[in-house]
Parts: sequence; structure tokens; C-alpha cells
Amino acid sequence: MADQPVRNAVIIGGNRIPFARSNTAYVNVSNQDMFTAALEGLVARFGLQGARLGAVAGGAVLKHSKDFNLVRESVLGSSLDAATPAYDVQMACATGMEAIGSLANKIKLGQLDSAIGGGVDTTSDAPIVVSEGLRAVLLELSRARSTKAKLTALSKLRPAHLAPSAPGTGEPRTGLSMGEHQAITTHAWGVTRAEQDELALASHQNLAAAYERGFFDDLLTAFNGLARDNNLRPDSSMEKLAKLKPAFGKTLGEEATMTAANSTPLTDGASAVLLGSEEFAADNDLPMLANFVDFEAAAVDFVHGAEGLLMAPAYATARLLERNNLTLGDFDFVEIHEAFAGTVLATLKAWESAEFCREKLGLDAPLGSIDRAKLNVNGSSLAAGHPFAATGGRLIASTAKMLHEKGSGRALISVCAAGGQGVVAILEARS
Amino acid sequence: MADKYLELVNSGMTKKLAKLLGLPRPPRLRRYTPDTALLPGPVLVLGASARAQQLCDTLVSWGLDVRRHDAGQSKLGGIVLLLDELTDPEQLSELMLSTGAALRQLVPGARLVSFSRPALAENAPAVAAVRQGIDGVIRSLGREMRAGATANGIVLENETQLDSPSALGALRFFFSGRSAYVHGQFLGVRTAQGELPADFRAPLSGKVAVVTGAARGIGADIARTLARDGAQVVLVDMPAAGDALAKVANEVGGTTLQLDVTSTDAGARILDHALSRHGGLDLVVHNAGITRDKLLANMDAGRWDSVIAVNITAQLRMNEVFLAAKLPGLRVVSLASTSGIAGNRGQTNYAASKAGVIGMVRASAGLFAEHGGSIAAVAPGFIETEMTAKIPLGTRTVARLVLPSLMQGGLPVDVAEAIAFLGSDAAAGLNGSTLRVCGQSLVGA
Repeated sequence: MADQPVRNAVIIGGNRIPFARSNTAYVNVSNQDMFTAALEGLVARFGLQGARLGAVAGGAVLKHSKDFNLVRESVLGSSLDAATPAYDVQMACATGMEAIGSLANKIKLGQLDSAIGGGVDTTSDAPIVVSEGLRAVLLELSRARSTKAKLTALSKLRPAHLAPSAPGTGEPRTGLSMGEHQAITTHAWGVTRAEQDELALASHQNLAAAYERGFFDDLLTAFNGLARDNNLRPDSSMEKLAKLKPAFGKTLGEEATMTAANSTPLTDGASAVLLGSEEFAADNDLPMLANFVDFEAAAVDFVHGAEGLLMAPAYATARLLERNNLTLGDFDFVEIHEAFAGTVLATLKAWESAEFCREKLGLDAPLGSIDRAKLNVNGSSLAAGHPFAATGGRLIASTAKMLHEKGSGRALISVCAAGGQGVVAILEARS
Repeated sequence: MADKYLELVNSGMTKKLAKLLGLPRPPRLRRYTPDTALLPGPVLVLGASARAQQLCDTLVSWGLDVRRHDAGQSKLGGIVLLLDELTDPEQLSELMLSTGAALRQLVPGARLVSFSRPALAENAPAVAAVRQGIDGVIRSLGREMRAGATANGIVLENETQLDSPSALGALRFFFSGRSAYVHGQFLGVRTAQGELPADFRAPLSGKVAVVTGAARGIGADIARTLARDGAQVVLVDMPAAGDALAKVANEVGGTTLQLDVTSTDAGARILDHALSRHGGLDLVVHNAGITRDKLLANMDAGRWDSVIAVNITAQLRMNEVFLAAKLPGLRVVSLASTSGIAGNRGQTNYAASKAGVIGMVRASAGLFAEHGGSIAAVAPGFIETEMTAKIPLGTRTVARLVLPSLMQGGLPVDVAEAIAFLGSDAAAGLNGSTLRVCGQSLVGA
């Protein structure tokens, strides 16, 4: 096995449920319900009923403790063969990218012939944990044997303990929310309000156009009464966006530029991508949309202020390009996850900056600029929404289809993540 | 629910009460499962015909207990009337009186099937009279049959014979529980084409079938029925119905294809999906349809145009693509409606589209036959679906109990069974036909 050459890992297709703004269409739906629905739509699209796949991997960023085996439980609730192994992956918003990339590697090595990777998240059905004080009391109570010991434990209970603690998007080490972190980066790179609003508007317009031409007919399955992402605002305009007040950058005063419209909302949703070897696809008469070529993770020290929280993909891209002997100009599609419009624009400016590329990336010349006509051409997270772990699967399936439609070329996909991390990947059209 | 009423008047105390009050008592229908007998008792074959012996031999080969001319006092599961050689109305007397005597011996869910020849303008007047007379006989018998028994006829056109493949195919269909809600109807055997299945339990074995509008209602049952009969099924519906579509697909082991049938590339995408993913296309069921009811005086362009676009224009356009592909032996079955035959208040648009289907099917028969294929339509009457559940209770009760001879609405599976038969190779000789699945409703009789 060690001597075998690596083979191609092929993206066969994908499926996601429409993404829903938090506390709207999927308010009574669990992560497991959503991921199972994403799997079931994928199974139906590709006729995988009863099939034993090599593995299913995915995860959720916000997870109940009862969901320790979320993906396996979803597989058991699906029409796949119950003998399909499954495991959970977690890398914040890069969960889907990491899950799918790792599966692709296993396929390349011949360890798997077929796999499904993806992710799911809900902020509507988020886990709420009891306070540390109450938790300590309850644990002591469960250890107590005698009535006296039980009463002693209970006597330690204080009213303040009853306040529940809900998960936030705050960074544990800085206490700042993701938006506040990005506001610092956005400001540092001099990204204007107008640039961000333009990017947000383009995202909505591109996504709406993609729906209109039926682009999502074979990428999406309706769920719980929703057939399209309900964050999409096809009739948005620069005038409407300009009216919004800044939502992040409290310390920046008049210079704050990030609004609710050029930042992604909290979102519920799930996605899944089917991958396989060429043999698997051919044997099962399945399409081959694109090759999963390579992927790279990076992390930055945002805690001590050395880099912006969401800038890791800029670093990962440099390393990935070098390893694959490619430049930014070699890509026909560039998909940069729109956590915030500022994230995308700061990343683009970083790649164009001789100083950044020299000082931070150690390059002789800037990586260069991206032709905007190649950027997020069918809309991205600002319009679709961003259910953290589900975004990677959305991006990879849609991008693979774009390459298949074009019939040639390469695509770069970039996803930033909490904890100062990021994952980027290269897909290539099948020739 | 119709089911509840049907159960009440057919069991226990409430049955006695219903009888006492003279309430209509809709019978339980004999529906198909792969494991039940073709007929619920022996079959009596009455009348003379040149190929009677061949027919009886076939019936015996189907495992039936065949009685010729006289069944004595035995219970009967079916009667076959051979009327194809009659030349004068006077000849009906003896046969009809024998039939009448045998009717008393029929068990619940029995079948009566006649074979006759079409009454044509070029026939001698007496010949045409007796042939047309048979039409009246079967339709009237339909009104007299009880306990879920049905009467239907097979018309041997163009010198086809009793044992032509599609004549036998139609006979088997009428005998079986597949035709539970088909009553008082005629199927015309136009050609000697067609082939009976090697395995009657899997007549669509190895076939690739596409069903539009497969997410729910009749379409979902069509997908289930075709899969049960051995077909690989491609399930098509609007993206907005995708979750329901996926459920049905995962139940029947098919694949989903989300598209709007009115899009210009719908036919090409269906063809591409079937060929690339399933290696062929053998059967297309044009089931997708909508209603947008309004009295014509209040009709608007949106209602009129959308019904025409989905129910007929989309089918015409897709058929052109399928014909151009010259697929060998491609069968197409379309959904018409009794509204397209009898008309229905508030449904000028719908009736235009559904009557249009009947015309399209008749005119397309020759085109599909060029490559060994065929096309047919099924016209459902009152079928119990989510759609008809919205009809007000009074209207619904009349539609169920009073209008059809079988005194109940049909089930989606009844329509699906007729489609599965018309889409099989055994039905190739019925090319161009429209079959009503209406329980012999008065509507459009």
C-alpha cells in the first residue's frame, strides 16, 4: 500500500438544505434533523439507498452534549446502509472543509472508495448550559449518599446560579466577538463602508440570479417549508444598505463600517458532499464534477495582536499555491467565504500588498489581485447565510458544479474560522 | 374520511343499521398485491369465437379454473363474454340470459370482461348495431354489478385477435386487482404489437421509468407502483417539493431530479439524467399537473396560462425531445381527467388541458410507434388525495357515493396501477388509448 501512487478524489455532487436565519424556519429543528435531511436529499439524488459508503464525516460547531455521535446518529437515521462508518469533526467554521479535505485524502490513498463530508449548525436550537456554580452543586449532589450530605450540597445553591449561559461567538481568550475582531482588521486594512456594501449587494444579486437560472436545482433540497435561503434579499440596493447603522466596531466611533448587512447573520442549516474515486463514480454511473486537488490549514496569533482573527486563509493560500506551483492568476473561480464583507476585502488587500506578502508571508512579490468577475460568482455567505460547519460543504459542492459547467479550469476556496484558523482548498475541473 | 364510512357500512352493528336505513353501502374493492390470485374464483367463458380454445388454454396457463358454457352451481370469480363474432342483435339473447344467470354466482370482487369488435361506418347495419349494442350492455351491467365486481370490455380493432398480446394483457389487467376502480370501460386493441412479461409479478423489470410530479399524491403512488413492478424510477418534481420527493425516492430506491417541467430544457435534462445515470429510458409518466379553478367569467391570464403550460404544453414539448431521441420502445403515459371528458364547472382551463392530453395521445400514437413505442392516457375520476380532501364535504360525498357505480372515490394507487399497465410492453397494442379510472362515474359517461 505504501508504494501505491495517489489517485484522484472526485467530487460527485452535493446537497444542502436551504439556510435559514436563526429563530425562523428551523426554530424547532435539531442539528441531527438537519444533517439527516441533508444526507437524505443526497441519497435520493444519487440513488444511494442501502449503499455502504466508506465513511461519513462532518460536525457542528454548536453541539449538545447528547450529540457526541452526531454524524453517526444521522447516518443511522438515513437511508444509507447502517454499516456505513461515521465520525464527528470539529474545526469551528472550517469544520466542513476539514472533514471533506480529510476524506479526499483517504480516497486518494485508496483507504476509501466513497465518502460523504459536510456539516450542520443551528443557533436556534443551541445548547444552553447551566452556570458553573449550579453545575458544581449538581455534581456534588449526585455524589452525595446520605440525606444530610444531599442537603448540604443543596444548601450551596444561590439564585445567581440559575442564570443559564448560552453560547456566543466570543473568542474565549480575548472576550471579543468575532465581529469586533473583524472590525479591527477591517479598519486596519482601510476597507471602506461602500466597498463592503457593494460586496454584500453583489452576493445577494449573484445568489438570486443563480436561483433564477436553476443553478441550485441539483444542489439543494427543500426542508421544513423552505425552498430557498431566507436571508436572501434579491431586491436589496446600495441605498437600502447605506441606511443601516454599524453593528460592530464600537471603539471606532464614526469610522465603524460593519453593519448587519455586510456581516453574516446567525444561521441554521446543513450541507453534505459526496466524494469518491473515479472507479466508484464510474461503477455507479455517477457524475464527476471536479477533482479535489489539495487543501491547507493555517492559524495566526490573534490573541497577542500579531494578526487579525480571520486572516489565516491568507497564509494558508500562500503555502497551498507554492506547494501546487500555482499563482492566483491560475484560478477561474475564487470563493472566499463571506464571514464579513470586511474579511473578504481585507484578504484581497493582503494578497495585493507587497508589504504583507513580504513581511508576513515571506514572499518576494505580492500574490496579486483577484478579478472580481471570478469572485463568489453565485453569491456567498452574506446572502445565503452561514451555518458555521455547513458552509464548507455549500462552497465545495457549488464550486465543483461551477467547474463542471465551465468544463475547464481551477477554483480556490477559502474559509476562515474562529480561533484564528482557516482552511483553503483547490478544486480542478475534469478534463 | 371515505374509508371510515366504507368500514362502518361493511361491518358489525353499523352494517345492519346501514342496511335498515337503506344507506348506500360502498363495497370493499379487490386491489392488487403480488401474492393474491388473479381472480377470486373460477372463470366462466361464454360465447363462441374462432380463437376461443387458444384463449382458454392461456387462462389455464395463468392458473385459472376455466369453465366453458356452464358453470353449474359453482361460485365464480369471473365471466368472459366472447362477442366478437356476433353479426345481428338477435344473437345476443341466449348469451345475455346465460350471463344473467351466472351473475348470481359471482363472488365479491369478481370480474366480467367482454371481447367484441368495433362498430364502424363501413359495417353492415346489423353488424354495427350488435357491436354498438355491446357497449350498452357492458355499461348497463356496470350499474348492476355488486360487491366490488366490475364489468369492462376489450374491443378487437384492425383484425387483432383474442390472443393478441395486448388483448391478453388487457384481459389480465381487468381480471386482476390492478383494475379495482376501472369499471364500465372499454380498451381498444389496435395492433398485434406488444409482449406479455416473462414474470407477471415484475412486468417492468429492467425498465427505467420517469415520473413527473412524483413528490406526493397520485405521482408518489405511481413511483411506488412502478418500483414494485420492477422499474428503476427517476422521480421529478419542483425544487420546492424536494423534501417530499426525496422521501419517496428513498422509499422506492429511485433517484430525484428537481426541475420545473415547464422549463424549456426539462425534456433534455430528463433524458440526460435517465441515460447517464440509469443507462436508458423506457417509460415516461407525465403526471405533473395543477388546478387553478375559476369560472370563465372570472378567469385571469395567470390561472389560465399556468394550467395550460404545466398540464399540456410541457408534455408536448417534452415529447418532442423524447421522439427526437428515437429511443427504441419508449412508452409514454399521460394524466388526463374525466373533467376533460365531461367538463366541470370552474375548470375550463383544466378541462382544456386534460381534453388536450387525450387529443395529443391519439395524435402521437403513430409518432411513437415509429420506434416501437406507444403512448396512452389515464383519465381519473374522483380520487381521494390531499387535493380532493379540500373539496367541501357535501360535494365530496356526492362525488364519492352517488356518481360512481362503485359508490366511492378511487385511491391514488388505482390510477397508478392503470398507468403501470399502460406503460408496460403488454399494452403496446393499445397505443393511443385513454382509459378512465373512475369507478364508472356518471360524469362524462
